[in-house]
Amino acid sequence: MAALLNVDNLQVAFRGPRGEVPAVRGVSFSLGREKLGIVGESGSGKSTIGRAILRLLPDSARVTADRLTFEGQDLLGLSPRALRNLRGRHITMVMQDPRYSLNPVLPVGDQIAETLRVHGAGGRGRELYRKVLDILEAVQIRDPERVYRAYPHELSGGMGQRAMIAMMLIADPRLLIADEPTSALDVTVRRQILSILDDLVSRRGMGLILISHDLNLVAGFCDRVLILYAGRVVEEIEARNLHACRHPYSRGLLASLPRLEQPVGELATLQRDPAWLDGPVYRFGEEVSR
Amino acid sequence: MTERSLAAPPRLLGTRLTRRIRSLGGLLASLALTFLGLLCITFLIGRIIPIDPALAIVGDRAPAHVYERVREELGLNLPLWQQFFIYVGQVLRGDFGTSVLTGRPVLEDIARVFPATLELATLGILIGVIFGVPMGVVAAVHRDRWPDQLVRVIGLVGYSVPIFWLGLVGLLVFYAKLGWVGGSGRLDFFHEGIAPSVTGMILIDAAIAGEWDVFRNALHHIVLPAALLGYFSLAYISRMTRSLMLEQLNQEYITTARVKGVSEARVIWVHALRNILVPLITVVALSYASLLEGSVLTETVFAWPGLGRYLTNALLAADMAAVLGATIVVGLVFVGVNLLSDLLYRLVDPRAR
Amino acid sequence: MSETLSTAGWRAWLLSERPQSALQARLGQAWLSWNAFQRNRLAMLGLALILLLVLVAAFAPWISPYEPNVQNLRLRLQPPGAAHWLGTDELGRDILSRIIHGARITLYIVTLVVVIAAPIGLLVGTVAGYFGGWVDAVLMRLTDIFLAFPRLILALAFVAALGPGIDNAVIAIAITAWPAYARVARAETLTLRRSDFIAAVRIQGAGAFRIIGRHIMPLCLPSVIVRVTLDMAGIILTAAGLGFLGLGAQPPAPEWGAMISTGRAYLLDQWWVATIPGLAICLVSLGFNLLGDGLRDLLDPKRRGG
Ligand SMILES: Nc1ncnc2c1ncn2[C@@H]1O[C@H](COP(=O)(O)OP(=O)(O)OP(=O)(O)O)[C@@H](O)[C@H]1O
Ligand SMILES: [Mg+2]
Repeated sequence: MAALLNVDNLQVAFRGPRGEVPAVRGVSFSLGREKLGIVGESGSGKSTIGRAILRLLPDSARVTADRLTFEGQDLLGLSPRALRNLRGRHITMVMQDPRYSLNPVLPVGDQIAETLRVHGAGGRGRELYRKVLDILEAVQIRDPERVYRAYPHELSGGMGQRAMIAMMLIADPRLLIADEPTSALDVTVRRQILSILDDLVSRRGMGLILISHDLNLVAGFCDRVLILYAGRVVEEIEARNLHACRHPYSRGLLASLPRLEQPVGELATLQRDPAWLDGPVYRFGEEVSR
Repeated sequence: MTERSLAAPPRLLGTRLTRRIRSLGGLLASLALTFLGLLCITFLIGRIIPIDPALAIVGDRAPAHVYERVREELGLNLPLWQQFFIYVGQVLRGDFGTSVLTGRPVLEDIARVFPATLELATLGILIGVIFGVPMGVVAAVHRDRWPDQLVRVIGLVGYSVPIFWLGLVGLLVFYAKLGWVGGSGRLDFFHEGIAPSVTGMILIDAAIAGEWDVFRNALHHIVLPAALLGYFSLAYISRMTRSLMLEQLNQEYITTARVKGVSEARVIWVHALRNILVPLITVVALSYASLLEGSVLTETVFAWPGLGRYLTNALLAADMAAVLGATIVVGLVFVGVNLLSDLLYRLVDPRAR
Repeated sequence: MSETLSTAGWRAWLLSERPQSALQARLGQAWLSWNAFQRNRLAMLGLALILLLVLVAAFAPWISPYEPNVQNLRLRLQPPGAAHWLGTDELGRDILSRIIHGARITLYIVTLVVVIAAPIGLLVGTVAGYFGGWVDAVLMRLTDIFLAFPRLILALAFVAALGPGIDNAVIAIAITAWPAYARVARAETLTLRRSDFIAAVRIQGAGAFRIIGRHIMPLCLPSVIVRVTLDMAGIILTAAGLGFLGLGAQPPAPEWGAMISTGRAYLLDQWWVATIPGLAICLVSLGFNLLGDGLRDLLDPKRRGG
């Protein structure tokens, strides 16, 4: 399987008043047309990885990598123009909360159409309108014409996130980064959104990076999982082998999941070990000395 | 727009409409209250004045019974609250008293001079918006770099310079030394009275009459004072635009637009700017109203026959009826502009509809 | 060598992550603020300009080369030169000396306005914010009414009623200045009112006015001070405007606005008479604006450390 995305030794540090603060420290992975989960606690650098791939980090971030390529194309060396061409068309991202990630003063349909329009794809007028309605139907919105004209505040969270997915998929990208796409939503609509994502991604043969702090969700949804601790991948593992993970942090995460057979009162709290910062990491069950 | 509201379910539309009317009612009530407060202040100012209005009319050699009769006619022997009610009634009827200086009803005077101020302030705000908004946007985009510092300094200087002084310097340089602009007044003497007064605003009147010589001359005269006022509103507008923009540029929807591949220019000038349009209306309205204040001094410097000069002339002649009348009108314009900006706000912001 | 060592020790003590006392923590915080402030060159310039104003005002009689009000009609309207650095006015008075003495008037006006207006604003704002309800509604409606007037025009109306003169100008400006401070103090109080430590003080049985006076007002002070600093330029400009219109300080007082007004008649041929006092006004209000701007950045947590 030809790799879509190659990441080798990605490092990100933020310049602050007291010097540089590392956020991502030597992350490597590659991705084909598959579903990859990135899991870790808050602040572990998940979003930073996603944003580094799309070159969305602010100027205060210093991003380096031995290799950061998409279909062989070096992402760090792209000109602004090439970058614009890539975004939206080849790599896109769905963000956490549709209440903030949609422009509040533009009709939703216009925002979706814009993705096509900026890339000069999808024609104009009725043709463009039809395409937007089609994609709205594809994300299972029942009255696409009303939603087209609606403003974001007139939509529920689930509807907003569908619109967001529509906006990001309308130009047929090959890689989608979904940064906690359901954590701002009602529990009742989470599954629906995920199954829409799953359906579209598999049907179009795209690559997907699903970022989440919910190990359960990722385990059930992805093919492969990266477990991130303090900006470092401490374990990479097939999702179906997750129960056999070896890093103490992964095991801790697993143990802190609520289970049906276990009373909730006994949930383990994670004990952290400073040695994890530079200690051994595991790939598919093997210890890798780094 | 109508299409959109038609698309909404009718019941929703109904509740929305009543909510809108109710909040509009609340707004009007609070504005009315503010206006009443304005009148209260002007009324009290009229009472603390050391000049006895009755004495001013009869003179100090009049016999006591004449003085008393005049006092009674003026209602000065009534309790203060009653006098206030009479005063409010008079103002509501448009009776601001008679100017000692011109011998005409104050309202008539104000109606005559107001268009000149309106013309000047409108041109000023146009200049302020046309330059101030882009400057604020550029400053926000280049935050903490030199364009930001430059805009900041231009703004701070605008906050720091006495407007009357800058007017004098402007006259000295651009009129006396360089001859680029016309001097004081609205027109040169030989252009006066050619275009018939329709709106009272000479640029418009001249355009209506097709008197382009007059138009050009009027433009020559108005450009310097309007640029000055424009500079002062620019200082405020650019600064507010900058902080509003900074807030928007950190929002997640900006990232969304970038993810879609939208060009940086479009991100800034379409996505972000659209979102500050609504608060910007309030900013512009506020600075438009405060141009009235700037016009008091500017008009004095440029011998511009508007409300500001009317007010200062009245002040210097201790013509209290004219002073208070002009003050009320300015306050009224303030209140009116606030109302207008609120209405516009509702019109532009989809969330307020 | 030892000196650098000891300063390093001081810095370490100030910047300690684990301060031993409240004083150390507070001094450390102040040190960090001062450091951030110092890096803002424009704000430092503002501070320098204001210090200059204060020094000039304090030592006016000693540093001014001539008496400010002594006329010498033979030397009237002299251009700037060796004898009179900034020239002389229409009565042959030395403009530099008048500017120097005018600094005193400017300082007098802003100080008095602030002394009158800031406490009123602070009191109204904290009381409105703390009590809320109808007290808040009434007080804020009142401030709104004052804010609904353009400041200069309201001041003009008051001066017209009270009569021209510097003290009446001060009163008129103060009347127009307090509402802005009340707004700031109220906003600050609203956030403080719900805080845990105010609740704790209340549980200890402290009365409302004690809480306001001892606990809320001190915490509102920084924001009010910033607002006042930013307002200083406005006060100076309003005072100068009143002086220019002949309603502020009366002749022969060397008030800058009034000096511009008299110089106006000689604008075309003797530019310096009107221009120089204006420059003085610009410098001083620019100083206050730069300082206030820097202080605001310092207080704004969103910009802190950035
Ligand atoms: N713009 C920025 N400036 C400075 N530091 C940043 C910035 N963005 C992220 N960081 C830091 O980088 C680290 C990783 O942040 P990131 O947002 O990637 O975490 P995350 O895993 O996505 O967490 P969450 O689950 O809360 O979203 C954090 O310590 C954060 O403070
Ligand atoms: Mg995140």
